[in-house]
This record gives sequence, structure tokens and C-alpha cells, in this order.
Amino acid sequence: MADRSNGSAPIVVVRDVHKSFGDVQALAGVSLEIDTGTVLGLLGPNGAGKTTLVRVLTTLLDPDEGSATVAGFDVRRERTRVRPLIGLAGQSAAIDDTLTGRENLEMVANLYHMGRARAATRTGELLARFDLTDAADRAARTYSGGMRRRLDLAASLVADPEVLFLDEPTTGLDPQARLELWTVIRELVATGTTVLLTTQYLEEADQLADEIVVIDHGRIIAQGTAADLKARSGGEHLTVRVSDLAALDQVREVLEAEGEGPPTVDDATGTVSVAVSNGPARLAGVVRRLDEAEVAIADIGLRQPTLDEVFLSLTGHRAESEPAEAPTGAV
Amino acid sequence: MVVSMDALRVEARYAPGDILQLWKRNMLAYRRQPDLLVFSTIQPVMFVLLFAYVFGGAIQTGPVDYIDFLLPGILAQSVLFGSTQTGVGLAVDVTSGMIDRYRTLPMARSAVVAGRILADTTRNVFVVGLMLGVGFLIGFRYHGTVAGAIAMPFVAVLFGQTFCWISAAIGTSVRRAETAQVASFVWLFPLVFVSSVFVPVETMPDWLKVVAENSPVTHTVNAMRGLALGTDFWEPLVWALAWMAGIMAVFVPLAVWRYRSIQ
Repeated sequence: MADRSNGSAPIVVVRDVHKSFGDVQALAGVSLEIDTGTVLGLLGPNGAGKTTLVRVLTTLLDPDEGSATVAGFDVRRERTRVRPLIGLAGQSAAIDDTLTGRENLEMVANLYHMGRARAATRTGELLARFDLTDAADRAARTYSGGMRRRLDLAASLVADPEVLFLDEPTTGLDPQARLELWTVIRELVATGTTVLLTTQYLEEADQLADEIVVIDHGRIIAQGTAADLKARSGGEHLTVRVSDLAALDQVREVLEAEGEGPPTVDDATGTVSVAVSNGPARLAGVVRRLDEAEVAIADIGLRQPTLDEVFLSLTGHRAESEPAEAPTGAV
Repeated sequence: MVVSMDALRVEARYAPGDILQLWKRNMLAYRRQPDLLVFSTIQPVMFVLLFAYVFGGAIQTGPVDYIDFLLPGILAQSVLFGSTQTGVGLAVDVTSGMIDRYRTLPMARSAVVAGRILADTTRNVFVVGLMLGVGFLIGFRYHGTVAGAIAMPFVAVLFGQTFCWISAAIGTSVRRAETAQVASFVWLFPLVFVSSVFVPVETMPDWLKVVAENSPVTHTVNAMRGLALGTDFWEPLVWALAWMAGIMAVFVPLAVWRYRSIQ
């Protein structure tokens, strides 16, 4: 377990947690720690076990084996101690459509037993912070997808939680709303809230998380900073783009010979990519060979790998697809 | 699930306030969705009118006017059908993720189900009052004591509240609101019709009469009729209350357990 805490103690500790649903093993021995004030990105495809882990940590689900603590309290035996310290924004916005935004937040504040005056103040603050003041007294059913997520996030922050759990916070949002939500999450982190964020989007983990844990089939398969993970997939990548798609096969053959491991081919953009060592020398070699083969190059370059490529090299399948077949040549 | 002393303390301290919060939330929902209220009131009123005018002439109820016979029955029928909404509402909350939010809050566990049932019971008070009003307009009259007249609708509301717990156990056990609806009506329909709600049970074939005579619906309706018409009501009332206590004894713990084990 990498410790980059700068001396601060972990606020979330997970020890060898197992959870099965019938024959399906959702968590097969997960251990991790989250340091206070950091963002842990839990990255994995659908069905990897991300939501199950969040549900264990938020007291919604008992683990079959293993243990977990939040701020030192056991999530199974000391639920009533854990609950006042956490906030959860789940995959579906847990808000009441018939209530207004303000009523939704006030209800949650009242259920935290804050007292009427403080509940009203806190609700007003959150509505302003999430840019919902104008819509505060409209029924939530009239809200856009992005507004609903913001309201849901606001509800999870009512009691100023020490640890915030965000389960795929941007799934189903359009790119604009996603960017807005990222900004909101970054602001939260700046105020010192510890966050566990699950996501299927590699870019999202890269953008928001201090540390990334890659999970697949209920097991942790890699852990580190985004830079660590990128280094692990063989360093630099060499990418060639052609304008004539008929030449893709030739390019693939050349990159297979020059690179390390199988190249990935993207038909849609006409690009072929491969991990390389000693990039500049390979670059020259590839240019020469493609020139000899009279392939017109639209673009060529060396770059750091994307997390998608990291995932491919770690698991043999791409992050966005269901974990199934197609280990090679998955395009 | 582990039940700790801490959890019990939270329950004792916060349950009344939290139930009130959930009641408020559900009442607001009724007010904001007029269609919900319209359907839960129009349907019972329509039943009163249809049965009074369509079947009224054909069903023999001896010396008692059919509308006097019908109204207590149809009040019981309405609160029973209305109880299905408890399960539907809870199933919607499970699907929407609302229940997950509640379960991560430091609130009383019992409040979600109890607040829902309190709201549905409030609606039943309104529906029963409205139906009594419609009944009076088309000729229903009390023939018993004042106490009986007051007690009769109260028994109906209590009966409806009892069945809300069955509905809650169903709503927290199924995956979809539609399933909760179907899973309730599939047994409620025979239960209501094989009883003294619409017709005297004497007209039924023997084997069915045995079922009908021992139904909690028949006991409750007979008690309500006794109270409204000024005839004997003690025996059916004792039976009815015993049935309600029995149903509650089974389904309150069952609903709470189902709620706790939602995953």
C-alpha cells in the first residue's frame, strides 16, 4: 500500500473485504486506504465492484468477510457513528421529484437533526454554491440532468461530511454538465473534504484523483498516481494517423515491428498506436519505413499513454467495454 | 444486520420527529401531484355511485336500504385498495435511490415506512370523509348511536392502516413499483369480493360462504354496519380488532425487516 500521506493518517481503511451476491463475487478481497483530504479515484468498468465497495463503506451493505472503518468507526458495528460523518451521491440522483430543490435539502438537513434555523441557512448556502438559487423553489422534476446531479451532490454535503462518496457522479451527463461538475468537485477538494470517487471514465480519474485504484472483477489490479500508471504501460506511445484508411493495415504492420506489444487501431480516426521504448529512434525508423512503403502520413508523434491504454495493458480489455473476450486487437 | 444499543438510542430519540419529516414529504407529494389525489378519490366515489345505482336494485338486503348496507362496505374496500399505494410509494423510493440516501442518514430506521403509512392514513381519513359526504347526498343515513356513527369511519381508517403494513412489506421486497401494484391487487380483489362488502354472504355457495364468513374484511365490515345501523357490532368488532392485531403482529416486524435488508 503506497503511503503518500505527508504524515496524515488514513481516514478510510478497508481490509480484505469480500462480498458475493449468489454466485457472483462482487468483491474478492479489496484492501485500501484513503488519506485525509485526498481524492481516491476508483476506476473500473461496469460490474467491477466499485458500487459494491461504496455501499459497504456507506453502511448500506454488510461485507461477507473483512472489515472497513471510516474515521476509526467500523462500518458494520458502528453504523450510527459512521453515518453523521459521510455523504453519498449515488449513481441515480436520490432526490424527490415532487419536492422543490429547497425542500429536498431542508428535508435532508432536518433528518440530520440540525434545527430549523441552521437547516434553512445551510440549505441557502448550498443552493447558492451549486448555482441553484434561481431554481430553488421549482419542483425538482423540472430540473435538467446536470441540475439534478448538483442538487444530489448538495444533499450529500448538507452535514459537511468528513468523507464524501461519489459513485459515478457524471455518468449520463452531457460534456458541458460534466465539466461543470468537475469544477464543483475540485472546489470541494480544495476545502479539505476527503473524496472517494468511482468512475468508468479514465479522464475523470486523471482529472480529479490524487491516487487511482484500478479495480476489475472485484480485485485491485493496480494502484498509484496517474503518472505511475502511465509509466507502467510501457512509457511513451507512438501514434500515426493516416488520411487514407486503406493504408491502416500497412501502418499496423510497421508499428508491430517497431513497437513493444500489439498496436491498437482506431478505424474511426484512422490512427494506429503502439508502446515504444527509445521513442525518438523508433520515430525515425517508422517514418523511414512508411516513406519506403509510400504511405502518406497525416500526423505522427510521441505521447504519454492514455489511461485507456493503461487499462488495456493491465487487464487485456478496454475499460469502457464489459469484461469479456477480445483481449487483443480490441479497437 | 447488527442492531446495536446505539441504533436503538437513535430510534428512541429521533423516531417521532423523523416520522413527521417523512409524513410531510409524502403529504407534499400528494399536494403536488393532483392526479394522484384525484385518482385515489374519484375511484372510490365512482364505486359508491356504480354499486348504489347499478347493483342496488338487484341485491336483496332485507329491511335495510342497499345504500345503508353498501356504504360501510365500500369504505372498507376503498381503504384496502388505497393501502396498495404504500407499497408502490416505497418501491418507487427503492428504485430511485431515495431509500439509499435515507439509509445513509443518521435518522431513525423506522421513519421511512412509518412516515409513509402515516401519510397514507391521512389520505384515507380524507377519502373516507369524502365518501361519507357523497353517501349522504345519495341517501345514506345513520340509524345507530352517535358514538357508533363516529366510530364507524374510525374503524375503516384503522383497517386501512393495518393493510398498509402488508403493502409496505411487499413494496420493500419487490424491484419495481408496477410489481408492487400487481402483487397487491392479485390477492386484494378476491379478499374484498369474497366478503360482505357488496352482498350478504348468505347468497354465496357453502364453501365460499365459509371463507367469506371468516374473512377479516367481513368481520370489519359487519362491525362497521352494526355501528352505523344500530345493530349488533360487538362480536364482529372483537373479531375485526383481533384480525388487525394479528396482521400487525406479523407484518410490522416483517416490513421493518424487509426495509432493513434492502440491498
